[in-house]
Amino acid sequence: MANIISDETIEYVGILAKLELSDEEKEQAKKDMGSMLDYIDKLNELDTSGVEPMSHVFPVNNVFREDVVTNGDDREAILSNAPEEKDGSFVVPKTFD
Amino acid sequence: MSKEYEVVIGLEVHVELATKTKIFCGCSTEFGGAPNTHTCPVCTGMPGSLPVLNKQVVEYAASVGIATNCKINQNCKFDRKNYFYPDNPQNYQISQLYQPICINGGVEIETEKGGKKTVGIHEIHMEEDAGKLIHDEWGESSLVDFNRSGVPLIEIVSEPDMRSADEVIAYLEKLRMIIQYLGASDCKLNEGSMRADVNLSVREKGASEFGTRTETKNLNSFKAITHAIENETARQIDIIESGGKVVQETRRWDDTKEYSYPMRSKEDAQDYRYFPEPDLVPIVISDEWLEDIKSRQPEFRDAKMARYAEEFDIPEYDIDIITGHKKLADIFEQTVALGANPKKVSNWLMVETMFLLKERGQSPEDVSFSPENLAKLIKLADSKTINNNVAKEVFAKIFDEDIDPEKYVADNGLGAVSDEGELKAVVEKVIAANPKSVEDIKAGKVKAMGFLVGQTMKEMKGKADPGTVNAILKEHFKEYM
Repeated sequence: MANIISDETIEYVGILAKLELSDEEKEQAKKDMGSMLDYIDKLNELDTSGVEPMSHVFPVNNVFREDVVTNGDDREAILSNAPEEKDGSFVVPKTFD
Repeated sequence: MSKEYEVVIGLEVHVELATKTKIFCGCSTEFGGAPNTHTCPVCTGMPGSLPVLNKQVVEYAASVGIATNCKINQNCKFDRKNYFYPDNPQNYQISQLYQPICINGGVEIETEKGGKKTVGIHEIHMEEDAGKLIHDEWGESSLVDFNRSGVPLIEIVSEPDMRSADEVIAYLEKLRMIIQYLGASDCKLNEGSMRADVNLSVREKGASEFGTRTETKNLNSFKAITHAIENETARQIDIIESGGKVVQETRRWDDTKEYSYPMRSKEDAQDYRYFPEPDLVPIVISDEWLEDIKSRQPEFRDAKMARYAEEFDIPEYDIDIITGHKKLADIFEQTVALGANPKKVSNWLMVETMFLLKERGQSPEDVSFSPENLAKLIKLADSKTINNNVAKEVFAKIFDEDIDPEKYVADNGLGAVSDEGELKAVVEKVIAANPKSVEDIKAGKVKAMGFLVGQTMKEMKGKADPGTVNAILKEHFKEYM
């Protein structure tokens, strides 16, 4: 494997993704990420100068909605997905801006 | 202080667009609904839900770009900005990084020295707003309301072209004016429909490199922006003077304590890992569509001022004030179109309306009365059906409740007494009751007549035309005039 993922990198990616990995999982993740980057390197061997980056596979543009209210009050259904609710709101651990 | 410093400021301005629905779903954007009553699977980030772009958002964003001299990116796309925060249910915000809808624009502002300068606009992009967190004072939890989640925003990113708080305010006023004229937003800082983040650094005067900048957030009035700029400038100069280094960070302004403090810790590393949004297809703005948007641009302030000067016989001062707020200009034009005299309409707007707005702590955008009722009031005053004092009283009612003045005057018996016989009788009574004033007038002190006019008005409970009363008195004392 050409790409070696350091402990610091896997730690940092874990923080960004809000994942707490065991030592074992970290080793596996390092290996997986390394091989993914190897694959990217392989793709990078292609000369793509002058080729527009593609973000979508299908040549479809301009899918729009008109600015018309179509949804009513569906709070009960929405809140039924909440692990905990109070006063018509989702409850989350105390958070400050 | 031995050295001279220069402050360098750039702004990120978020503006909530005035669409009826959210940017990616058919939920209402109406302000003030009960928590989570304007939500659906899309704006609460439920797995499997798919966003569909509101066409009006593209039109508003492009129209703001055109009005601020930007180049419109006719091929633009959305990107994902990834971060975790409870007000952001998808764990990403749909925004634009790589191909924002508008780039390379600028607006001209007037500087405090009376000159003009251009503040560059780096880009304008479209994005979605986050939900609102309500902190439980007593409990161990916070509550999330997603009514605001998915409300469309544009973010207007300026170049670091401003050099003082005054220039920042002038720039914001200019943006606000343009956007209000477009009807793309009401731009109320106090309600959060316009928000400004201040990027600020200081450097020694004459230096060519920028200093390290900080970003200050949570500024919801022009006053807060001005104070935060002064405060942050002084803080950075202090650090530099004492040999320290300014740290690049985001700071939060506390409006009551009037100081700012750093907001984020290392746990929220600013690494957003943007990538193209796979759930939304690219936007292609054809030449025809762009021309169509351009052809619908409204008459902006400068053009309006020139037209008013041409069309209406009102002073430049009036024109300046009325066109300073789209709302006032609209009411002015509509009332005049109903046949009212332009100068009289202007007077009601500039004097009484401004007075009542100030008294009620409101801004011109809050004006809610109809041009029809103002036109009727002017007609009532012109025909002397009501006198000026009554007109003011009725206007306050129109201002607050948009009442029909004709009906109100009739219902409350406020019509002026124009029957000369009845008025004369009252004047005679007042003359008889005030021999001292009569003596004064006879002795040549004509001013004493004013007192008699006042007494008559009082006797008539304000329902007489002071001009007519004056005329009757003059007639009575004509040999002493």
